Amino acid sequence: MQKRLAYSLPDEVLEHVFSFIQSDKDRNAVSAVCKSWYEIERWCRRKIFVGNCYAVSPGMVIRRFPEVRSVELKGKPHFADFNLVPDGWGGYVLPWIAEMAGAYPWLEAIRLKRMVVTDESLELIAKSFKNFKVLVLSSCEGFSTDGLAAIAASCKNLRELDLRESDVDDLSGHWLSNFPETYTSMVSLNISCLGSDEVSISALERLVSRCPNLRSLRLNRAVPLDKIANILRLAPQLIEFGTGAYSAELRSDVFSNLAGAFSNCKELKSLSGFWDVVPDYLPAIYSVCSRLTSLNLSYATIQSPDLLKLVSHCPSLQRLLVLDYIEDSGLEALASNCKDLQELRVFPSDPFGVEPNASLTEQGLVAVSLGCPKLQSVLYFCRRMSNAALVTIAKNRPNLTRFRLCIIEPRTADYLTLEPFDIGFGAIVEHCKDLRRLSLSGLLTDLVFEYIGTYAKKLEMLSVAFAGDSDLGLHYVLSGCKSLRKLEIRDCPFGDKALLANASKLETMRSLWMSSCSVSYGACKLLGQKMPKLNAEVIDERGPPGSRPESCPVEKLYIYRSVAGPRFDMPPFVWTMNEDSTLRLS
Amino acid sequence: MVMEGRLVLLGGGSSGVSTTESAVLSKVEVVSEACSYPAESELELGLGLSLGGGGGSTGNTKAANSSWGECGRILTAKDFPSVVSHRTNNGGSSSVAVSGTKRAAETESVSHDSGSPTGVSQVVGWPPIRAYRMNSLVNQAKAQRGDELESGIGEKDKPKDALKKKLDYNGKQTSSATVNEKAYLGFVKVNMDGIPIGRKVDLNAHSSYEGLAQALEDMFLRSANSAEKEPLTMASKLLDGSSEFVLTYEDKEGDWMLVGDVPWRMFVGSVRRLRIMRTSEANGLAPRFNESNDRQRSKPI
Repeated sequence: MQKRLAYSLPDEVLEHVFSFIQSDKDRNAVSAVCKSWYEIERWCRRKIFVGNCYAVSPGMVIRRFPEVRSVELKGKPHFADFNLVPDGWGGYVLPWIAEMAGAYPWLEAIRLKRMVVTDESLELIAKSFKNFKVLVLSSCEGFSTDGLAAIAASCKNLRELDLRESDVDDLSGHWLSNFPETYTSMVSLNISCLGSDEVSISALERLVSRCPNLRSLRLNRAVPLDKIANILRLAPQLIEFGTGAYSAELRSDVFSNLAGAFSNCKELKSLSGFWDVVPDYLPAIYSVCSRLTSLNLSYATIQSPDLLKLVSHCPSLQRLLVLDYIEDSGLEALASNCKDLQELRVFPSDPFGVEPNASLTEQGLVAVSLGCPKLQSVLYFCRRMSNAALVTIAKNRPNLTRFRLCIIEPRTADYLTLEPFDIGFGAIVEHCKDLRRLSLSGLLTDLVFEYIGTYAKKLEMLSVAFAGDSDLGLHYVLSGCKSLRKLEIRDCPFGDKALLANASKLETMRSLWMSSCSVSYGACKLLGQKMPKLNAEVIDERGPPGSRPESCPVEKLYIYRSVAGPRFDMPPFVWTMNEDSTLRLS
Repeated sequence: MVMEGRLVLLGGGSSGVSTTESAVLSKVEVVSEACSYPAESELELGLGLSLGGGGGSTGNTKAANSSWGECGRILTAKDFPSVVSHRTNNGGSSSVAVSGTKRAAETESVSHDSGSPTGVSQVVGWPPIRAYRMNSLVNQAKAQRGDELESGIGEKDKPKDALKKKLDYNGKQTSSATVNEKAYLGFVKVNMDGIPIGRKVDLNAHSSYEGLAQALEDMFLRSANSAEKEPLTMASKLLDGSSEFVLTYEDKEGDWMLVGDVPWRMFVGSVRRLRIMRTSEANGLAPRFNESNDRQRSKPI
């Protein structure tokens, strides 16, 4: 024992060492070394990330980590983005805020994704945390500009207010005026989600002019183009900027004013916004283009020639979001001009059109995979694909880490061979050994899942739709993908067997979502009863699953690991499988 | 052991089924079901045998049992003419925040556009494009379509509507988007006074105001209690002004109007969101049955 003690370092030293360890994984590893390290670590952990707000209770977090300064929470399952999770499902942040208000008076940062945030929650934040600095609400909903007004009025040290893609109830554009005249600390403001809701331009200008550290400003669609120049002149230090609607009557004075304002921003690296683009105004940004590393044109309904021209001005581009108007020709230009490209997202301009809206095919993606050696992340919507193209892409770009392909029509086959895409996606997982995220589409049999289970050892998130033939498919994935954390499946013929046979795998994952599959109520109950560390929830808007035969498939199933037990805030259409179901029949 | 789709409603069943008897039945059946499952470790995945519950069919949510929708609903829209509000199989539930998989055939029967072929089978949540992004494309398309529909009313030229300016530049997008965006993009937010958390309703699941009103009643009453009866504070008379609440909407120009004033299709083309407002607060909104030209503007507070 004496020898042991001689080797142990004083707590303060250990704490100092731990302060260099930022990643959660490493922190968790540190805390598992021994009891004293666990104790020291828990007192000095400052950042918490909870990937599923129902996996743990706020009380548990607070008890273990008493001195937290930054909290990140995620709520609804990813498929909520596509309206697959009914409204009222859950993901309420208020219970967390309420407990943290008392426990973490020095909390500085709250980052939420897919959670329901009410004005009451925002008011509580504004009241409770004197040194509050960062609020990021990503794809959240449930609050209005009144809540934002409370934040603006009270958070004197606020640096970051980012509402990306949240659904905000606009009651008044005057919430911005609630930032007092003495407030000068804004660094990053993103109100792009406010859409056509009007924000007081004069309040915006006053705010911008008194915040010298403002580096990122993303405006909403309602801010007219002729106001942009003035705003930019007030903040030439911006690094990231998002325009509003990029359209106005063509006037040379407006144009030259705008061009001048942009050229004044010597540090601008990222542009976004661009709703309703009038192409003739695009050259106003040319002076910035050579420095641009990130460009989001995914709302810009401009045609290929204009896009091509624009893209050829941006040799430093690392990240491009664009509509399929870019067409294969534009992507070929991208491939030859933008050798630093790391991320490409191509969205459909007309997802429901009978005919393809633009000449965008698999060729564009192949070109980019060939020409852009640093390409890592792809999200691509298209209407046709071939196995040959996928194999080429896989061989060209083994460094892909995220590959999400959406062939728009479900169960579309290879247009050249009429075969399923098993081979193509198989090549992707075989060659791209560091692939962490994959979304499948097109015609697929169980074979693709065998490939995925065999090769995709680093895969963490898999999205599957309209694919597979039998439970074998699901079994391959659950038994083969060692690193799998999130699996979301819709409209696949996967049933009970694979799920029950791999039940213990589910405890190693964050969550599993299955909707419109063939998992029976009986199997769900069994899972719920046998696996106490999992919360198995059935979402069924037809009424209590118990009112139908046990073999009847459930509409939706969401299973996630949790140390907090079944949740208490389930709406009427969500049933937990965890209690003894003989006690609960409705 | 088939339960024949009988409803088990404890303490609230209005269907006349003897609930205790069914409860016992189902309890027994549940126990026997659980016992018949082999222990996990013994469960063999018969590789090579044809497995897959449902034999390759995708799990269906349009099971023919719509009895829940009918028995469980507290209100019936007795006061409304029996317009077919929606033809999907599930009683009221599919109009509420749509969840199931609607096949092309169903959505075609629901859609009230005349005979336009649907390109992509209009399945809920597919293609996987975030609502946020779709709304952006829709707003552009809606603005165009709304302008076409409103050409007789002459409210077009308002400077604050920034969407108008770009009409010339989106020629390609107009035709197909206007037809097809509805199937996916009919979700509008609806808030009810006194309830902090809003919901979303799919306008495309309805072809009339009555259907919409019915769905909203379901949504806001069902969310309050699952299978119990409670005295109604909101009568099923949202549309005729005789209840404590009225249904209002914000149009794309930001004005709040009473629902029901304009033809249904025009409404769908211009509505941005809904609010179930206390009648007492609805003063100043366009009184019912007035001509649209007389409408006053007021934003409810």
